[in-house]
Amino acid sequence: MKLVAALVDLSRPARYVHWEWIQISVVNVLVIGLMIAVLVLAVVIPFPRSRS
Amino acid sequence: MRAPDGPRSWTARVREAAEGALPPEKLLPDRQPAYVASWVYVFGVTTLAALIVLVASGTVLSLEGPDWWHTSAVGHFFNSVHFWGVQMFFFAMVVHLWGKFLMGAWRGRRRATWVVGALTLLVAIGTGLTGYVLQQNFASQWISTQAKDGFNAVGIGAFFNVLNLGQMLTLHVLLMPAAVVLLTILHLLQVRHRGVVPPFDAADEHLGPEEAER
Repeated sequence: MKLVAALVDLSRPARYVHWEWIQISVVNVLVIGLMIAVLVLAVVIPFPRSRS
Repeated sequence: MRAPDGPRSWTARVREAAEGALPPEKLLPDRQPAYVASWVYVFGVTTLAALIVLVASGTVLSLEGPDWWHTSAVGHFFNSVHFWGVQMFFFAMVVHLWGKFLMGAWRGRRRATWVVGALTLLVAIGTGLTGYVLQQNFASQWISTQAKDGFNAVGIGAFFNVLNLGQMLTLHVLLMPAAVVLLTILHLLQVRHRGVVPPFDAADEHLGPEEAER
């Protein structure tokens, strides 16, 4: 918990990005970005095949 | 015993329909097409694994109750497993959704499979909401009052009252997870019935030109 607390200040309100009518927390943007990255990697990285 | 030339019972008709739609080699296959050897195909089963963790940890939480999960170390652990299991469940489910959308997974008479999957996501979001308002902390107060305004605005706040802790508890512990699990089982049976959707460049080979267009 101390490690997380060192990375993110949990005692302060979450940071938000605001563009036109879209308002979303930075953490949610990061999670969406991570999901996109995982999908791209799943398409690109070859699946290990059995030796037989 | 029925007469040899008499009408068949409904149990016989259901059995024959089930055997026709899902013979044992389809229900529990030991071989899959070569295109399934891709990381894109692992997110469905990742979602399923997270759902099993959620049901197991949720069962422990419901047996012991809030006094336990708020005050003891083991209770905190199971509460955290349940919370992070939800994060993994929705993360994997969304990547599964995107992957299947981009490969047009409704092709080859798989429309119903797609619709049941989408319905499972919607019910799961409701299950997640009822869980978030049960946290008994400031976040749950904030979420429930915001959701109450939203549901009031669309006219269902009196029937689905997110400030009613008892209603949220029974919905979250029994009815909604039961619906998610039943829809997931139906989704899996549909996938086994029609098989895993092939990629676009393999569709003609595995579906036939006419089926590939459907």
